[in-house]
Amino acid sequence: MLQTISVLVENKPGALMRITGVLSARGWNIDSLTVARTLDAAQSRMTIVVDIEPVLRRQVIKQMNKLINVLQASDLTESLAVRREMALVRVRATAENRAGILRDAEIYGARVVDATADGFGLECTGPVEKVEEFIDAMRTFGDIDVTRSGIVAVSMESRKLRLAPPVQAAANGAEDRPGC
Amino acid sequence: MSKLMTGANILVECLLREGVDCLFGYPGGVTLPFYDVLYDARVKHYLVRHEENACFAAQGYARSTGKVGVCCATSGPGATNLVTGLVDALLDSIPIVAITGQVSTKLIGSDAFQEADTFGITRSCTKHNFLVKSAADLPQAIHEAFYIAATGRPGPVLVDIPKDVFMGNAHYEPVGEIHLPGYKFSSEGHAGQIRRAAEMMWEAQRPIVYAGGGVISAGASGSLRELVETIDAPAVCTLMGLGALPSSHPNFISMPGMHGSYAANMAMTHTDLIIALGARFDDRVTGRLDAFAPHARVIHVDIDPVEIGKNRAADLPIVGHLGPVLGKMNTVLAELAPSSKARRAAERKEWKEKIASWAAEHPLRPPVSDTEIKPQHLVREIDRLSGGDAIVCSDVGQHQMWGAQFLRFNRPRLWLSSGGLGSMGFGLPSAIGAQIANPGQLVFALVGDGGFQMSIPELATVANHRLPIKIVVMNNGYLGMVRQWQELFYNNRLSAVALEGFPDASMLAGAYGFPGRTVDDPGRIGQALDDAVRHPGPYLLNVKVSSFECVYPMVPAGAAIDEMVLGPPKAAAV
Repeated sequence: MLQTISVLVENKPGALMRITGVLSARGWNIDSLTVARTLDAAQSRMTIVVDIEPVLRRQVIKQMNKLINVLQASDLTESLAVRREMALVRVRATAENRAGILRDAEIYGARVVDATADGFGLECTGPVEKVEEFIDAMRTFGDIDVTRSGIVAVSMESRKLRLAPPVQAAANGAEDRPGC
Repeated sequence: MSKLMTGANILVECLLREGVDCLFGYPGGVTLPFYDVLYDARVKHYLVRHEENACFAAQGYARSTGKVGVCCATSGPGATNLVTGLVDALLDSIPIVAITGQVSTKLIGSDAFQEADTFGITRSCTKHNFLVKSAADLPQAIHEAFYIAATGRPGPVLVDIPKDVFMGNAHYEPVGEIHLPGYKFSSEGHAGQIRRAAEMMWEAQRPIVYAGGGVISAGASGSLRELVETIDAPAVCTLMGLGALPSSHPNFISMPGMHGSYAANMAMTHTDLIIALGARFDDRVTGRLDAFAPHARVIHVDIDPVEIGKNRAADLPIVGHLGPVLGKMNTVLAELAPSSKARRAAERKEWKEKIASWAAEHPLRPPVSDTEIKPQHLVREIDRLSGGDAIVCSDVGQHQMWGAQFLRFNRPRLWLSSGGLGSMGFGLPSAIGAQIANPGQLVFALVGDGGFQMSIPELATVANHRLPIKIVVMNNGYLGMVRQWQELFYNNRLSAVALEGFPDASMLAGAYGFPGRTVDDPGRIGQALDDAVRHPGPYLLNVKVSSFECVYPMVPAGAAIDEMVLGPPKAAAV
């Protein structure tokens, strides 16, 4: 079963390697990985999806928390969390199937991000299952090219909420971030 | 008012502020600016003959004193040669700061001469590592490195410094406070858990204290002794924990595990409460895990939460520094003692008698022969001269296990041994570091003929500084432990284990300018050791021992620890 781990990490060189190292040292393959800066530019949020035997998951998260650059690693696998993924799909279109592609895209709530005489670029966002169904639907129209973002997840459990403070007036100390 | 200084000067200034009095290293191209500052700095640099040994020597310094050991190497091969020593320190939780040179920042990633991705290579070999990109960042990195190495669960930290950072200028500002938001360790321990642990100790009928290297690194030996005496529990010390409780203590059994004593392993198997202090239920201790201590509940105290529940589930975990935790625990135990001690006295007596009967059944007894020197006999002779007060640095293998079985240690930080990683070639260089840190102390390097031949180049370092180390080679002509396994589990097909071509000891030592000698007569070994110890300088004593002796008891791989092989098979194949 795939596990979702959310890691808040100092935005420093090598931090990503340290975290993925905990997994690769055991020969585990990462299913998906997303990293981006948080509101605080000195920190990044990673969402890792990996297939770990559940008994070892706690151990791995403890090992991640032990890393000097890790502020908090938490397990979202069984917690109340929203998981989303985005896929960018290029699909070749012919005069006959253009309308069909656009109709299916609309069913999945995908947006057209590029349109040419040869085909479309489509953006679909949602739960992984929905994104995968969309990709399957597009494949029925012929050759497609897919780039997926991997999962981003956020915990909806209130105790795990790390609220960012309100954005301060530009004048007074934007770097002063108490309670975060 | 801050001063403009070069990176190399800043580095030395930081080392001095950290109280570093010596470091072990090997210079090279990119560390030239650093070595130029070292030329007249108040930090003594010891030139080793191989970078791996710089790290081992720094470990000898750190293990024998508890202070952070410092080693340095140049970029590329210098840094990669440090790797074994770093992993060794990581597995045994030894505080080390390693400084490596790196090619100039603009050359990094270009396959420059003597370039290696040290930061990447050592990421998994260290507790943490740094690549410093400007001289202004040096103070922060160096002080953080020392802080991380020494606090929490100690370990090695590497700082990689490019040549242009050594040469660049920056305004040096002393670093006030270390701020590492992601570095967290609990020190106090949970008061409620400590109380419950104390209650469990009084409830238990057959408790056993299982003390590991964490007790020594926490400096908690005194508290350990108090705890053992308060609840009157028998105790075992792991290979890393030897000396945490004096070997002569009436409650001390021995080392448990693969080559532990019969009594220790039987006690671990039959206990109803394991009090694990700074120990990690290593596979060499537990044997087959699902058969280990089947009747026991477990109290596990460790500063590293990763260790809790890693191998054996803890019924009562306490995450904290053993110093404060044991201090508080002893207070609670004493509070509860009046109502419990008398009530438990009879059970404790019975339990200790049971263990004593196991010990009498199969004692650890060194065999002695008239015709050849038994290796255990040699260890006993070293022990006679040490009296439990000498520092003994071992390599890895049979001699290490016999050392752990037969040497006494009156206090911690006397037995320096590569426990977790099991690095051959550790003994002599770690003895160098230990002797430098403890100038007046009797230091033995108890090494096998295999490990010794990995560290022969360091004889020059020993000679250079006239370090009065007593190098005792337990020479059985084989890689003894591997040979033992081939004998027992591979039909005695001795593959690539014969160490032919060992040099003449007196000529070898003589070439370095100090005395050496070979003995093979069991009647003379005592006198030979006396002479070596009496000699004021370094001494190499090559002791030819029986070639085919095996270490017993032995728990075969995959067996439970009460399934010990206690001696050679009746019809010995050899």
